[in-house]
Amino acid sequence: MSVSSGTRPLPRWIDIGLIPALNIVLALFVSGLIIAATGEDPFAAVKIMIEGSIGTDYGIGYTLYYATNFAFTGLAVAIAFHTGLFNIGGEGQAYVGGLGVGLMLLVFDQHLPFALLMPLGILAAALFGGAWALIPAYLQAYRGSHIVITTIMFNFIASALMVYLMVNVFIKPGQMSPQSRDFDVAGHLPFMHEVFAWFGVEITRTPLNISVFWAIICCIGIWAYIWRTRWGYQLRAVGHNEKAAIYAGVDPRKVIVLSMCISGGLAGMVGLNEIMGVQHKLLLNYAAGYGFTGIAVSLMGRNHPFGIVLASLLFGILYQGGAELAFEIPTITRESIVMIQGLVILFSGALAYMSTPTISKIYNRILDARQSSPDPVVGEEA
Amino acid sequence: MTPETSDDTSGIDVGPEGAASSPVAIELRGINKSFGQVHANRNVNISVERGTIHGIVGENGAGKSTLMSILYGFYEADSGDVYIDNQKVRIRNSNDAIACGIGMVHQHFMLVDSFTVLENVMMGAESGALLADSISSARGELERLEKEYGLIVDPDALADDLPVGELQRVEILKALYRGAKILILDEPTGVLTPQETDQLFRILGSLKDQGVTIVLITHKLREIMAITDNVSVMRHGEMVAHSVTAETSKEELAEQMVGRKVRNDLEKKPCDAGAATLIVENLTVRDAYNVAKVDDVSLQVCAGEIVGIAGVSGNGQSELLDALSGITPLTTGRMVVGGREITAAQPCDPSEMRMLHLAHVPEDRHKLGMVTAFSAYETAILGYEDDPALQKSVFFDVELVKNHCATLMERFDVRPRDAEIKSANLSGGNQQKLVLAREIDREPKVLLVGQPTRGVDIGAIEFIHRQLVDLRDQGCAVLLVSVELDEVMSLADRILVMFEGRIVAEVAGDKADEKTLGLMMANAFSDEPDGVAAT
Repeated sequence: MSVSSGTRPLPRWIDIGLIPALNIVLALFVSGLIIAATGEDPFAAVKIMIEGSIGTDYGIGYTLYYATNFAFTGLAVAIAFHTGLFNIGGEGQAYVGGLGVGLMLLVFDQHLPFALLMPLGILAAALFGGAWALIPAYLQAYRGSHIVITTIMFNFIASALMVYLMVNVFIKPGQMSPQSRDFDVAGHLPFMHEVFAWFGVEITRTPLNISVFWAIICCIGIWAYIWRTRWGYQLRAVGHNEKAAIYAGVDPRKVIVLSMCISGGLAGMVGLNEIMGVQHKLLLNYAAGYGFTGIAVSLMGRNHPFGIVLASLLFGILYQGGAELAFEIPTITRESIVMIQGLVILFSGALAYMSTPTISKIYNRILDARQSSPDPVVGEEA
Repeated sequence: MTPETSDDTSGIDVGPEGAASSPVAIELRGINKSFGQVHANRNVNISVERGTIHGIVGENGAGKSTLMSILYGFYEADSGDVYIDNQKVRIRNSNDAIACGIGMVHQHFMLVDSFTVLENVMMGAESGALLADSISSARGELERLEKEYGLIVDPDALADDLPVGELQRVEILKALYRGAKILILDEPTGVLTPQETDQLFRILGSLKDQGVTIVLITHKLREIMAITDNVSVMRHGEMVAHSVTAETSKEELAEQMVGRKVRNDLEKKPCDAGAATLIVENLTVRDAYNVAKVDDVSLQVCAGEIVGIAGVSGNGQSELLDALSGITPLTTGRMVVGGREITAAQPCDPSEMRMLHLAHVPEDRHKLGMVTAFSAYETAILGYEDDPALQKSVFFDVELVKNHCATLMERFDVRPRDAEIKSANLSGGNQQKLVLAREIDREPKVLLVGQPTRGVDIGAIEFIHRQLVDLRDQGCAVLLVSVELDEVMSLADRILVMFEGRIVAEVAGDKADEKTLGLMMANAFSDEPDGVAAT
């Protein structure tokens, strides 16, 4: 018997629409209070953020470029989450995924055409990112090491490995900063302003490149994988009820390893966007927190690809709008922007369900008031 | 519908304990409660006399738990009044209920496993800031309660170490410790062995003698007949009958619950057993601590035969089912299914078992048989999700899967007929019917079925039994594990009794009687001509 409350479940539009929106409003409200405390006008600040992120083609380009990365890491967190796993290692997987892309390009960029290099880049990002997730996944599935601990540790290992490789192996001879040589132009993903130029439309130069399309394809593909294939079915069975999965003849260990590898591969796509799409050389620190923010993106998007697209756009706006804000109002520093981003992550990630009970109460009261006519009785007990 | 037993609430004034000394302890008048579309309680009236045991029966979803939750303050009624000892009261939460002297023992115990009995009993009702004071006063109070009601539990035992029967006593003690004069028990015997049930009933009897009023919610009519003074029947959210237990019968109550005649005796053709389709030889399963949970079991189930395994729960039946269905590997021994030999060296996982036409309706549908978060159509393919017939290239043919579920729901009368409903939102009986439908639909040659009617309504029980017998008549070998003796006796053609992991006896289904089986289940039956051993 269920005794907790006599409430009906919230409809989807409230759960994935209203509540996340409310969380953002709360975060912005608290941010506004702090901005006001520094003596600036919070409404002006919001205006700058919005205009700077979606008011110009320049702003939109940057917003979408950030959103591309968030979509990849958000999907990575989501697919692991549906398997009942918490992948904190997106950061390291993104980093190593980029290493894979860079290595592939250093070897092939002068020998192969773009048409081959692009799929190879995707493959390299997926393989390297996936491989970086494989070890924690194996340890979780077959040895019982907790994946949260191992993936965090693998972030540090990835970071140390990259520093070693960049400083000692891939550094361009005769140069001080740890960067590889530039890739040949065949190994560049076209920027969106280049794509538009082919059609005679001129837009401002931004880092936005065609990997944004790949992000959209990944969102659709992951949705189909999770909800429309038997592998996704088994993955969700393992995530919800491992015993039932075993009863069904599924080996949860294999499912855990597979979905973590997919998760790592998705995170690795950040490397595709950054290395092949933007930097065109191997360097340090391009993962820049995208892996961790992916956790908030996925939570906010309710682990659903469609929600992740929306959440990615929001975080893209925050990143780009925040940069504009710091530029426009010098008293609002870079650190204040990080704080606003932190508040959004706090309210929509860690405190994502804070307002749910209140909303649920209000919703039920409205419906109770509306329904006083007698209805046919169906079973209500568990 | 049954006017001879339908009774005005004020009409119950002649209790078996004597009317004069039995004023009304609880009276509910005109209670209404809706959950959205669902009208769970519709103008419910009931009065319970002080110092009696009052049974409330009804199918799952009839609204009895809702009614008791209103009484205990989990929900507030939309309209209607609650009177305790003829005083109108408003019960908004469980603290109000406790203040009114109402205690509730839930179906699922609310105890802290790592606390002792004493700590559990006083939890939330400590008498002071210092734990030591509370403990000593609670200990004294507990001793008094034990003496007064014969509720004996070691106060220093850890809850974790106690069997369920004793845990339930702890729950009752918790309520009494808080001064409860009215005890509500929600399906208290669902988890108990027959012996523990008897003990519980003795305790309830002595509580009643001490003047405690007891409300017993159950759907087991036998218990109602055995222990209650009065009984009220709920159906579809309404009170349909109030009776004095001595003046009614199981059959009449069943009819009132379901709203139609219920057949108790199952019609069965004589068994026409064919070749053995499931052969098990010297099967042993050891757990992680090397304890033999299934110990040297040999059995055969033939086509067209139902073999029942009786036994007190926890004697290796679950482990046997797990091993036979491929969930856990065998430790030693062998089994043959569909011509394939399975041993420790040649294991067979559950999906391979399914390909050998062995289907499994697990004992615990929530833990094993379904993923409660899945929609019904997803639950309807659990274990068969790899079937190429369900796929269009790499994707599910979702329309086909939904239609498949709709067909199963139609055939097995799963209500509501909504393939997209979340599995968790189906009632227990309908969940079970869906799981059974999924397995039977595959036309298995061997069906393993555990506790097919646990937590299932009378109407659905009848239906499920019918399905199992039909399956047998079509030539399937059915292995039935159940702790309900009635069920085993009415279904099985042969009965095996399991005790401590071993098969200790075999009886033909039509020769079995409850007493002998009960003794066999306790391994206290001796085969000597005179029959029955003393202990």
